[in-house]
Formats: sequence, structure tokens, C-alpha cells
Amino acid sequence: MNGVHDMGGMDGFGKVEPEPNEPMFHEEWESRVLAMVRAMGAAGAFNIDTSRYYRETLPPHVYLASSYYKKWFLGLEEMLIEKGYLTREEVEAGHAMQPAKALKHGKFDLANVERVMVRGKFARPASAPAKFKIGDRVRAKNIHPKTHTRLPRYVRGHVGIVELNHGCHVFPDTAAMELGEHPQWLYTIVFEGRDLWGEDGDPTLKVSIDAFEPYLDPA
Amino acid sequence: MSHDHDHHHDHDHSELSETELRVRALETILTEKGYVEPAALDAIIQAYETKIGPHNGARVVAKAWTDPAFKKALLEDGSKAIGTLGHVSRVGDHLVVVENTPDRHNMVVCTLCSCYPWEMLGLPPVWYKAAPYRSRAVKDPRGVLADFGVTLPKDIEIRVWDSTAETRFLVLPMRPAGTEGWSEEQLAELVTRDSMIGTGFPRTPGAPS
Repeated sequence: MNGVHDMGGMDGFGKVEPEPNEPMFHEEWESRVLAMVRAMGAAGAFNIDTSRYYRETLPPHVYLASSYYKKWFLGLEEMLIEKGYLTREEVEAGHAMQPAKALKHGKFDLANVERVMVRGKFARPASAPAKFKIGDRVRAKNIHPKTHTRLPRYVRGHVGIVELNHGCHVFPDTAAMELGEHPQWLYTIVFEGRDLWGEDGDPTLKVSIDAFEPYLDPA
Repeated sequence: MSHDHDHHHDHDHSELSETELRVRALETILTEKGYVEPAALDAIIQAYETKIGPHNGARVVAKAWTDPAFKKALLEDGSKAIGTLGHVSRVGDHLVVVENTPDRHNMVVCTLCSCYPWEMLGLPPVWYKAAPYRSRAVKDPRGVLADFGVTLPKDIEIRVWDSTAETRFLVLPMRPAGTEGWSEEQLAELVTRDSMIGTGFPRTPGAPS
């Protein structure tokens, strides 16, 4: 979706402001949100792409005005309601009022903590040969899906070079919508900065994205 | 970042407390419904606060600086090479290590959200997740570096890696001069988080840490 989350190349957000000796969490509630998202994801309530999609669908003014973990919280709450794990009435009341919905992997308890600390695996067996090889010229498709995609706007329509082939990975566009993993070949595509940003662009700049095969045409 | 910063420290205390109440309410509901055990949430937080951080990445970088065979393996397959180090065990699939050279400087960003090699660097700082960095890193990386007080030679190539899938990137910075004969442990002390994102350099010997 062409949401406000797709920020690459936008102007006007100002300077980057590093914070010396930044704490891991600025508020205690941030750590609880992080833990709840990890726990409910590991329990099977949603996958990583779905959780990203729910953050992206926050209204733009909410997205831009919310801190990072606030976005995580708002996305989590809405996602759990829409998927039937809780109700709006429960959220209003601050207590459980309905029977629980079964979680795919069961309750998240202490025995599950180690599992959540190791990154998930997204590589999958290939069902077809790769269409592109390293060194090929490819054009990022000019697509504007209304739902989740990992093809950023700033590369659409531009030609780049295939630099790496990462094998087949879970396809976020379908996984986010719970339409299945549909593994696709994943490549690193490198673009010249000036192709993306025009003649005023930095002549020494190259930018790469990781692009799934359905995002690409031969060029 | 400026927004987040103001948000936390200046004008918005009433909203924050409301957020805190809502977060607590959600945890109560998830607990009452039997979805999560609060002690398990505590354990997740504790692991991030104590076990996971840039010291993991720093050890990998220091090893690459001292062991050419490891460096070669690391650049060929980051996950596999790091998997051979018993003391850095949590690396996930598809970590790609990209090497800085005198001719090329690498920087990592996630323009779409905030993807970041947590296992190597810990949780990302606020600036990495905020709009100024996400919007500008792919278009004006030299301007972003200037915000960090970093200046690169004009003719050096800048390569920005936008993490748009589950692949994660770690920058292998150049070894500082004057560290000949240093041990891995000593070298690891010089490796900063920002130097592994590409928004900074390792500390130089003798400089205050």
C-alpha cells in the first residue's frame, strides 16, 4: 500500500538526532509492548508481515504522531481485535469478558522464551527455477497494491542490477494477508543513485533493495 | 527523531500516561485470557536488556579483523560463519555482512519500517526507526552522515542497503590504524554500534570511549 510508512526519499522530516547514551527503553510500557508483540506472534496469533501491515494501516496522522512502540501497540491491539483474540468491549473494560480463542502454538509461557530469542527462518524450498541471475538488468514493476508490499515506491519503474540471490523466501505480500507463504526468489537489486533521484542526486551513491521476483521484470 | 524526542520529554505527559494505562489493560486481558504468562514477558525483556546488544556484533567484527579465513567466510555467508562462533549463538538466517573499503562506504536502513540485525546489534536506537533517517538515508546519505558528524571523502562510493525483506545487513568497518598486534578482545572495544550500521566509525586507539 502507498502508505506514509513508505518513507524512502521523502523530504521535510528534518535532521537525524542521535541521542547520546540512549536507554534501551524510554518508558517501561515500551518494553511490555515489545514483549507482548513477540509473545503473541510466537504463540501464532499473527506473522511478522501481518503485524507490519497493521502498523502501516494506522491513519497517516496517527502513524506520524506516534512513537515507535506506540505504533506497535496500536497495531497489536487492532490486530488482536480483528482476529478475534479480544473484543473492543474487553479493551474498554480492561478485563477479559469472553472465552479465549485457541492460539496456533498455545499459551506463551516461560518455556517459549528461548524460542522467541532466535530469529525465525524465512527461507523455503524453491518450486521453480530463478528467473534472474546475478548481473541481470531488471526493472522494478510500477505496481501500487492496496495491501501490503515490500517494494518501496522510490524504486518502482527504475532499472537496477541483480547483485545477490538469497534463495526462495516467504512472500510478504500474501503472508501479510494470510493468503499463504507462496515462497518467491529474493534478490538484492542495486540502483544508481542518479537513476532514482535525478541529476542532482549524489553521483557516488548506489542504493539496493531486497526484491521478490514478482516485483521485477527483465530490462 | 525530533518528534519522538519531544514526545517523550516535553509536551505530552498526559498522552503517555493514557498509553501506559492502555498497555497495562492489554496485558491484563492477554493474561486473563490465558494467552501469555507475565513472567514470560519479563523474561523476554530481561534477555533484551542483558544478553543482546552490539557486543555480539563487535566480537564478530574483531574476529574478522584478526582472522582472514573467518573474514572470507563471513563475507561469503554471514549467518554460517557466525554460527561457527559458539559465543554468538543467536544469529538468524540470512545475515549479510558488507565490507567497508577505502573506496566504498556501506550504510544500512529500513525505509519501510525498522528492520535491523537485533541479534548482532540489540534493539535499534530511536533515530534508526524514526522518519528523518528512514526518509533521507537512501537519497541524501552524506547529509545524514553529517548529522552524525561524519564526513567521507567526496569520491568514495556510498552504498545504502535498504532492508526490505528478512535479510539483515551488518557493516564490517575498516580496522583502525595503530592497532597492529591488538587482541580480538581489545579490538572489540573499538567497535561501535554505529560503525556496524554505517553511520559512524570504530573508535581510534587512545580516543576516549
